[in-house]
Formats: sequence, C-alpha cells, structure tokens
Amino acid sequence: MGHWEVVIGLETHAQLKTQSKIFSGAATTFGAAANAQACAVDIALPGVLPVLNRAAVECAIKFGLAVGAQIAPRSIFARKNYFYPDLPKGYQISQFELPVVSGGSLSFQIGQGDNLTEKTVRLTRAHLEEDAGKSLHEDFHGKTGIDLNRAGTPLLEIVTEPDMRSAAEAVAYAKVLHALVRWIDICDGNMQEGSFRCDANVSVRRLGEPLGTRAEIKNLNSFRFIEEAINFEVRRQIERIEDGGKVVQETRLYDPDRKETRSMRSKEDAQDYRYFPDPDLLPLAISPTWIETVAQSLPELPAAMRARFAQAYELSAYDATALTATRETARYFEEAVAAAGRANAKLCANWVMGELAARLNKESIDIDAAPVSPAQLAGLINRIADNTISNKIGRDVFDALWIGEGKDAESIIAARGLQQITDSSAIEAIIDAVLAANPKSVEEFRAGKDKAFNALIGQAMKATKGKANPQQVNDLLRKRLG
Amino acid sequence: MSLNPDEVRRITRLARIELSPAEVEQTMDQLNAVFGLIEQLKAADTIGIQPMAHAVDVSQRLREDRVTETDRHIDFQKIAPDTEAGLYLVPKVIE
Repeated sequence: MGHWEVVIGLETHAQLKTQSKIFSGAATTFGAAANAQACAVDIALPGVLPVLNRAAVECAIKFGLAVGAQIAPRSIFARKNYFYPDLPKGYQISQFELPVVSGGSLSFQIGQGDNLTEKTVRLTRAHLEEDAGKSLHEDFHGKTGIDLNRAGTPLLEIVTEPDMRSAAEAVAYAKVLHALVRWIDICDGNMQEGSFRCDANVSVRRLGEPLGTRAEIKNLNSFRFIEEAINFEVRRQIERIEDGGKVVQETRLYDPDRKETRSMRSKEDAQDYRYFPDPDLLPLAISPTWIETVAQSLPELPAAMRARFAQAYELSAYDATALTATRETARYFEEAVAAAGRANAKLCANWVMGELAARLNKESIDIDAAPVSPAQLAGLINRIADNTISNKIGRDVFDALWIGEGKDAESIIAARGLQQITDSSAIEAIIDAVLAANPKSVEEFRAGKDKAFNALIGQAMKATKGKANPQQVNDLLRKRLG
Repeated sequence: MSLNPDEVRRITRLARIELSPAEVEQTMDQLNAVFGLIEQLKAADTIGIQPMAHAVDVSQRLREDRVTETDRHIDFQKIAPDTEAGLYLVPKVIE
C-alpha cells in the first residue's frame, strides 16, 4: 500500500456586481418578488436578442489583470445546450473556445509558524456566462415552481489547474479568491445568497502514478462544506481503491446534514452540451486601450499591499496578512497610522486586530461602520504611547469612545481623571501608605517571600485605581524595600 | 462520416424530439446528406485562415450597465399554462 496523493481542482462561480443582467436590462437585486426581475430576454420570449453588458466585461478584465492572466483581444460566446425548466432558452450562454481570460495564478501562504509555506495555484481560464433561474421543489400541487429572477445574472466562472493537494489548500485558495473578488469589487462574495459557489474536482493517486479518475462535487457554498466534502470524498475514493474497486467519473452532491457526498449522475448519463458559437452574439473585442484604462482604475492588490505593510510598517507576515484581509480593514489601519504616526504602527496593528476586531465581531459590525473612527483610535494610541494612560486603561477609554461618551480620547481621559500618575513623589507617598498599612507583607518579603512583593504592588496599583505606571511602581517599591 | 440509427435516436433524445421508426430512417438520410455538404466544404483550402465564429467580421456592440426593464410578470404570465404566487408552475422535476 503506497502513500496517497490527493489532487484537487476548483471551479468557482462568482456573481458579478452589476446593476443589470449580462444580456438584458433587468435588475439583479437579490430577494425581489418572484419573476419581478425577469424580462422578455430572461424568460426567452420568441424574437428577443441578447446585448452584452459592458460592466460585466469590465469585471472580467479587472479579474484577469489582478491574477496576471491574458485578456483575450477577441473572445466568443457559445451556447451550452440542455433542457431544464429554470433555463427557458434551452441553452445557457457561456464561453467555450476563446474565453475572455486565460492563464494567471493566485499565490497565498498556508500553514502556521515554522510550517508556513507559499503556495501557487495556476488558473486555467475565467469565462463570462449567465446564471439560470431557480426551481422551487416544495409542493405546488405536485408541480415545481420556477422563479426566473436569477436567470441572466452575470457570472465569472474561474477554473484552476489540478494544483491543490489537500482540502486545507483548496479552502485556502477559495478564501484568497473570495477576498480578491471582493477587493477588486467585482463580486459581493455573499455565499449564503449564492454569489460565490465552488465545484471541486477530486481524485486520488499513489505517489508517482498518473492522475486518478476524478469525481466532481457540485455547488459547495461555504468554506466549511468545501473542506468537509473534499475530506469525505478523498476517504471514500481511497477506501474504494484499497478494497479493490474503481473510482467512476461522476458528478456528486454534498449533503451537509449527513456529511457525505452522493452520486448525482454518472459519466454514462453525462450531459452532451453540444456547444456551438451563439449566432446571436458577435465576437467580443477588447482593445489594449480599454485594458489600460481598467488597469489604471485597479486598486493596489492585496499581495502588493501585504508586502508594503510588512516593509513600511515593520510588521510580521502574520500582521500584514491580517490587516490586508479586506480593503476596508487595510484602509482603517492606514488611516489610524497616518494619524498616530509611523512609529506607532505596531501599536495600531495590535489595536485594530485585537480590541477593535473583537468588538466588531461581537456586535457584527463592518469595520467601515465602526463607532470608533481611525482618528479616534489614533488619539487613544498616542496617549498610550506617551504614557498618559496604560494599555489597560486604554481599553476603558476605547469602550467609552465606542459608546460615544466623548469625542476623543483626550476629553475622556480628562473627564474621568484617568491620567497615569507618573510623578515619582506622588507614587512614593502612596507606596509609603501601603507599606504602613501592610506590615505583615513587608515582614514576609524581608523573610524572602517574593509573593509578598506582588501583593504590595497589587495594593499600590489598587490605591491608584490602576492609574500608576506598573513598571514605575515596581521600581520605586523595590527601591523603598531595598 | 455518416450516422447510424442509434446515433440519430440519441440526437432526437437530446433535442427532445419524438420520431417514429420511419422518421428515424428519413431523418438519418437527411442528416447524412448534410455530411456530404460538409465533406465538400472540407475540401476547400483553409491553410493560414483564422476560423470565424460568425459570417460577418464585426464585433459585439456593448450595452451600458443600466436597468431599463420594469416588472411585467403579470403580462408575461397571462400566456403561461400555470402560475402561482408569481411563479411559473411546471411538471415536477427532481434530479
């Protein structure tokens, strides 16, 4: 029995963030009343013709540029033929030969600490296509209900080479892709609403052998399902081969309740899509000028920003990755650093990823709607950096800013009298009082019990209501007892 | 190249067309005649010529991303065989 290698390729459907559909002027808003956004083109009334949406093409160009792919100067739309009630034309308009984007790659880090490695996944292609409608199988007197609002919604299907070797790598890739399409603002990434969904092609082989037969798991709409479905499928295939059986090429569905994949259709009943160029749509021409204009509008990309953060702000790879998880987080951090000064960048990073992130997460608020602005956080950080307050008191000030108790850290510190006591004589006076009140602890310390020293520090900090600098109290107390 | 009756039956299934055995024979002859035409076309010298997806050499006109359509499902559904709560109802499909 040899060692098994897992081979995974992903196909992702990203719904593009356009106002109108890819081939018609109907709206794409999610959650409208049934069929209220399905126009004559979407429901395929006879005689209608598709007209391509410029914004959908622009999204594809943006994506191609962001992954270093080739943008085809001329690409072709094809008909993918199959019969299903939620596809009223009897074919889906997609791309087959000559997709709009080919090649490119996505790189990301995987693992943690010393096991952190860089992984690159090559992309085969990305093509434009239209989504189908929705079938509602709940009982309508023994019939199926069809809502065509989603029919004609623009999708970018992004296909990888079989470059991933574990479920964890597949999930890492999916997360990086998800972050990227949101970063360049071509997809809202809402997985519950189906705006970002993956199909996984999974096979196993003994090390060094040619590729095994693959199964395709359809419609995985959460990162957890991607991981669970692939892990189940890998175990199933290995067990089958080790029992002397064979993996058959088929399409499978993942059942999250039973945590297993099951066969949907085998290769024998595989669809014969009979692709051919759609005579209703002429070739799509993309000029170098158009590509150049889109390139100018592209924001700094996450990988470049990550490298810049690490270098310019002297942050660890971990910090730089966390702060560039979304454009909004990166923007917040940079605004805070701009106000707090570059010397305080690490402190800003700690606060953004720590207190702020925890609080946003707890209250389910997006960072661009945070009640504490970057400038307010910077004001707080500056008071910590110049020792006006301790980090611990800083958290109280942060809470006060969060609930809108004051306009800035300065006024809250003043109003609440939270300034750190740094005047040595004032601290000495407090220490003297503490020593006088705790002769037993002093005795114990002199007898060699270090624990007694900590007790005295605790008393002194309590007497200052936490406002003394703990290090300074420590030094002065040791001097007094020394 | 020519088609046999099994291949013709498969094509009718894919196209959801019902043909009688006599019609299968007739359709097979017609389709095979088309292959004759294709053979003629294949004889043309196309070396160095880029394949065209369309008969005319122009490119796709693009539309600005604007919502121009209004909700007309009530009109559309007047000609549908069966509807309920805004949905088109079709014979039960379960894959």
